[in-house]
Amino acid sequence: MDYVLLIAVDPSAYAGMTQAEQEAIFGEYYAYTEALRAKGIYVEGNPLQGVETATTVQVRDGVRATTDGPFAESKEVLVGYYVVRVDTLDEALDWAAKIPDARHGSIEVRPVMELPDM
Amino acid sequence: MPPCRTGDGAAMPDGAAAPALEYVLRHEHGVVLAGLVRRLGDLDLAEDAFQEALVDAWERWPRDGVPDRPAAWLTTVAWHRAVDRIRRERLRLPKEAEALGLREGEPEQVAPDIVDAEPYPDDQLALLLLACHPALSVDAQIALTLRSVGGLTTPEIAAAFLVPEATMAQRIVRAKRKISLAHIPFRLPEGDELTQRLGVVQHVVYLIFNEGYAASAGDVPIRRELCTEALRLGRLLVTLAPDDAEARGLLALMLLQDSRRAARVDDDGRLVPLGEQDRLRWDLAQITEGRALVAQSLTEGFAGPYRIQAAIAAVHSESTADEQTDWPQIQLLYRMLELAAPSPTVTLNRAVAVARCDGPEAGLAVVDGLAGRGELVDHHRLASVRAHLLEDAGRTEDAQSEYVRAAGLTSTPAERAYLLDRAARLNP
Repeated sequence: MDYVLLIAVDPSAYAGMTQAEQEAIFGEYYAYTEALRAKGIYVEGNPLQGVETATTVQVRDGVRATTDGPFAESKEVLVGYYVVRVDTLDEALDWAAKIPDARHGSIEVRPVMELPDM
Repeated sequence: MPPCRTGDGAAMPDGAAAPALEYVLRHEHGVVLAGLVRRLGDLDLAEDAFQEALVDAWERWPRDGVPDRPAAWLTTVAWHRAVDRIRRERLRLPKEAEALGLREGEPEQVAPDIVDAEPYPDDQLALLLLACHPALSVDAQIALTLRSVGGLTTPEIAAAFLVPEATMAQRIVRAKRKISLAHIPFRLPEGDELTQRLGVVQHVVYLIFNEGYAASAGDVPIRRELCTEALRLGRLLVTLAPDDAEARGLLALMLLQDSRRAARVDDDGRLVPLGEQDRLRWDLAQITEGRALVAQSLTEGFAGPYRIQAAIAAVHSESTADEQTDWPQIQLLYRMLELAAPSPTVTLNRAVAVARCDGPEAGLAVVDGLAGRGELVDHHRLASVRAHLLEDAGRTEDAQSEYVRAAGLTSTPAERAYLLDRAARLNP
């Protein structure tokens, strides 16, 4: 089963970091991605553009409402995601907890819907 | 819902069948269901098959007699029911069919039989861990534990928690849906993970006990059926996880608290505080068992919150009168509890012990320290403790207004009546 690990962080946490501290985290991300690949459970993963580029679309009663900004009403914003292929939620949660930003941000884990082949 | 739980006397089967079925439902529901979940790999499918087996038992036991091993009988029948269904609905249940080796276009294939339908204790622990999986909300954990392991019906759980039946049914359906869609596994973790997961189960069991022991809403101060169920789950947990000292601490804590039940409410349904309880009405058998568990579990490693709380309850149980309570010992144990599991409620309880050792003003200083940090400011427990300490300190007017304030903050009618009574007694 595929799970998407959504990485949400409070941007102010990064604002307070030195260049070296930020580079250390990027290094950890590189190592984490390599660990997923080595396990053969990596499907895909990407950092996201800044929250200022986010647009949220909602359709209510057939009418589209497009708003500027992310979907969550929280301090944390989505900054990236991974898709991993493991058998159970427990394994997905274990990998989510290993994401560097899990330490100060949040990782939302969601099963990817399995659509029948068309 | 199985027909035997309706309480309709006219529909009861004759002889030993009804009590036997009742017994299996009360004591072996979890273990039968757990075995089915392991074999079928799906909670929903297992529950449906189990219900069908119960209907079969309802029809056949009065006629054919109760089988020698009722749990094994139910497991076998449920298994055959599930296999029949998977075969019928192969297209809708492809994964289950695959797991059983029932492939499309092979209708004559014989379903694999189960070799040994005997209960397997680890299955029941895995079911308990599944019901209390951290990916589920606490409300869902409680409902699933009572439903799947406890064998309570959805209407019974709804009634115990004073929520509409439809709400409880919805809660259980949602939880099962998440288990199925997110592939929450039926498995037994090991090492630290097992310890952590057992901690979640213990928390859920204690929440069930507390909801029974200090009902947060409604007219009845104690919901007996929840206390009984929590104690049963507590015992089960000790059996299933014998190496977990905190599980024994939790059972001891619940036994020692439950031992005071008869003395805790007076004839008019009002709560009687610990210091004023008739200790002759405490349940000696529960006290003896609880104390033995405390003594045994405290020797094992660093005591966690349940063991420390059980030790506190054990100290209370040792004195025949409130004045003889070993308050210095209790104060020390609360200090330990503050370190092991810090919370404003623990500090509030320590304040009571401090007051009993060093006088009401010393206790008030601890309470006001809490309030000064902005904790529990508008909580009825803090106001209630404060009111008692003010009364003990001879500050009658302050005490009276604090009792009234506490009465306004509580949601339990029995407690409100008690607090207003205390306030009225202080009238000149």
